[in-house]
Amino acid sequence: MSPAVIIFIVLALVAVACAVAMLVSKNAVYSALFLVLNFATIGVIYLMLGAPFIAVAQITVYAGAIMVLFLFVIMLLGGENLRLGEPLRGQRLIGLIFGAVLLAEIVLLLIFRSGMDQMVGTLTIDTSPAALGLEMFNKYSLPFEVTSLVLLVAVIGAVILTRVDPIRRPGKPDQDRKDQSGRQA
Amino acid sequence: MIPLAYYIALSAVMFTLGVVGVILRRNALVVFMSLELMFNAANLAFMAFASYYQALSGQMFVIFVMAVAAAEVAVGLALMVAIFKAKKAVDVDEMSSLKG
Repeated sequence: MSPAVIIFIVLALVAVACAVAMLVSKNAVYSALFLVLNFATIGVIYLMLGAPFIAVAQITVYAGAIMVLFLFVIMLLGGENLRLGEPLRGQRLIGLIFGAVLLAEIVLLLIFRSGMDQMVGTLTIDTSPAALGLEMFNKYSLPFEVTSLVLLVAVIGAVILTRVDPIRRPGKPDQDRKDQSGRQA
Repeated sequence: MIPLAYYIALSAVMFTLGVVGVILRRNALVVFMSLELMFNAANLAFMAFASYYQALSGQMFVIFVMAVAAAEVAVGLALMVAIFKAKKAVDVDEMSSLKG
């Protein structure tokens, strides 16, 4: 086995172990931290594939921005310790069986496909941010604009969903309003 | 040099773990994290094939997937906060008001 294969297998084991730990840990904060480690590992695999820009974006966007948002909301809502109960009887067993079936299906598809034994090295073409930017604005300018619109809509949606509603329905207990007026007074 | 199958196998295992997490966990925040795991599995497959075909388009897709995932997380977590305000819970079993 070449050193690259050994490094890859170690990284893959860490990634899968982190994913499993994320699924089974009771505390949602631990889940989020395991997911951060998983994202970092995948970032290292991207480096091995010869894509440094994507690797750094993976760390900053996923492990940095998205997971910090997750941790913030987990701690804000106090969703750390939710029971690992089973509301439907046998749900866990059936879910695991379905997961195993899905995995078996994907693996069988890979086995029956040709070309999967080919080797992948690192990218030898130019993958610098400049080359990516040129590609993005030459070939993918419309998707880029659509993505910017998606982000704008997401920002507006997030603001509208979380804002405190000034118009209350009649007959509804109005605790937020009372809290606010109390703070002002 | 690493066989392409290794990358795809890792991607498949991570995707399956994400699916199992969405099915089994009742904490809506962990369900969201499992979705992120599935996004990452797809990204890994994109990157493996980008290296295999020596093309930049795979990396472009990964960038777009990241942007859409960020938007999805922003809206999803805002929804979570709104649902928590109304129901005082982040359990997906509590979110069954539309059930007939």
